Amino acid sequence: MRWDVVWNNFDYFLWGSLTFNSQTLSFEGQLGGLALAVVLAALGILGAFWLGLAAGLMRLSRRFWVKAIAVIYIEIVRGTPLLMLIFWFYFLAPIILGTAVPEFQSTLIAFIIFTGAYVGEIVRAGVAALPKGQMEAARGTGLSHFQAMRLVVLPQALRNMIPSFVNQFVSLTKDTSLASIIGVNELTNTATQVNNRTMNAPFEIFITIAVLYFLVCWVLTAISRRLEKHLARYQARGR
Amino acid sequence: MKYNFDWSVVLTGEYHQWLVDGFWLTLKISAISIILAMALGTLVAVLRMTKVKACVWFSLAFTEFFRNTPLLVQIYFWYFGSFVLLPEAVNKWLYKQDFEFASGVIALTVYTAAFIAEEIRAGIFAIPKNQLEASRATGLSFIQAYRYVILPQAFRIIIPPLISQFLNLIKNSSLVMTIGVMDLTYMARQIESHTFRGFEAFTAATAIYLCISLVVSLTINVYNKHFLRQIKY
Repeated sequence: MRWDVVWNNFDYFLWGSLTFNSQTLSFEGQLGGLALAVVLAALGILGAFWLGLAAGLMRLSRRFWVKAIAVIYIEIVRGTPLLMLIFWFYFLAPIILGTAVPEFQSTLIAFIIFTGAYVGEIVRAGVAALPKGQMEAARGTGLSHFQAMRLVVLPQALRNMIPSFVNQFVSLTKDTSLASIIGVNELTNTATQVNNRTMNAPFEIFITIAVLYFLVCWVLTAISRRLEKHLARYQARGR
Repeated sequence: MKYNFDWSVVLTGEYHQWLVDGFWLTLKISAISIILAMALGTLVAVLRMTKVKACVWFSLAFTEFFRNTPLLVQIYFWYFGSFVLLPEAVNKWLYKQDFEFASGVIALTVYTAAFIAEEIRAGIFAIPKNQLEASRATGLSFIQAYRYVILPQAFRIIIPPLISQFLNLIKNSSLVMTIGVMDLTYMARQIESHTFRGFEAFTAATAIYLCISLVVSLTINVYNKHFLRQIKY
């Protein structure tokens, strides 16, 4: 067993080649490793939230065209492997835009579009799970459809969706490992780099990486379970 | 955007054959993994239901660990790291076989089995407890009771979520390209680098994946409409 390989590269796994220079009081090097994976997942879920909210609400719309756009988007993305989407944005952005998009940005866009479709389904299910009376009563007090959605339905529905969002965040964190395929220097990529350089400790390296991912995801899953129990008490129910 | 589409690249000739080969390999690796994952997943789920502490802990650790680590890392682990665990002779034998394919299957199986085990557990929980008690009272052993009474009912309830797990597996199988298994995604990538016809290649591959997904989700819908209603407790 050669755990020293893991030990010597552990800081690289955690935050890449980023170092703090105490003389100039600034950071040097590139952020990478686990920290970059978490950053990628966090930015991804942030973008996917807004995209998913729009897609979910469009899907609930009564206008055929609005609904059709959302359905097509959600179904296409959910039927395609994430790796395929990443390749789409990585290899085809230069053709469409004329300039190459950096790896980080292009995977981030792929993650947002991919996760947005799943968040859209969560939003749709969350709004549909709320008793109809909430909307009707809100409209009855004189609010417009938009106001009722924004002030009455969504605040309740979104709160009930928090556990699902956390679960989506967990699976996005796992999915950030795919960014390594096109060369974003996140945790999996640092692992393959160290593995290619040292050649003698693949078992130790990949176990360590798996445990690092596990810790992040498991903590988040535990939080989501507690939230689920906690939030179940406040849910408005239909009769 | 200056780009001349040339769909003949993917519709005819050698590259078309590559895509077809990739498609069959995706189906093959998915089918084998689905069968193995079902077996392993059922085993893990039933272990969780036993009263033996060690079995319950094993099952819990298995599902939690494999569900919360990325599939890609698991693939790398089985492909690069697993040989440390095995004796030298076995390794030599393995490298003569299709080792990429085998480690891809193992990774997909174990990863999906963890999810399937959770679905099956949910299905078992949905069966009223007195079913087990009644079947034990008629003289069936624990294993017989699960085999003949509980699992057949549980499976009927969880068929829709199970099928969507199968669908996830098919989509996840695209990751085995990273260790050189020549599946659909690998072939699309390969055509891209040979011909610079990335747009056509990726569109064709995406369309194939979409067709698989659509067929599978239609199956779920039909099942839900026609069969699930009949099950009542």
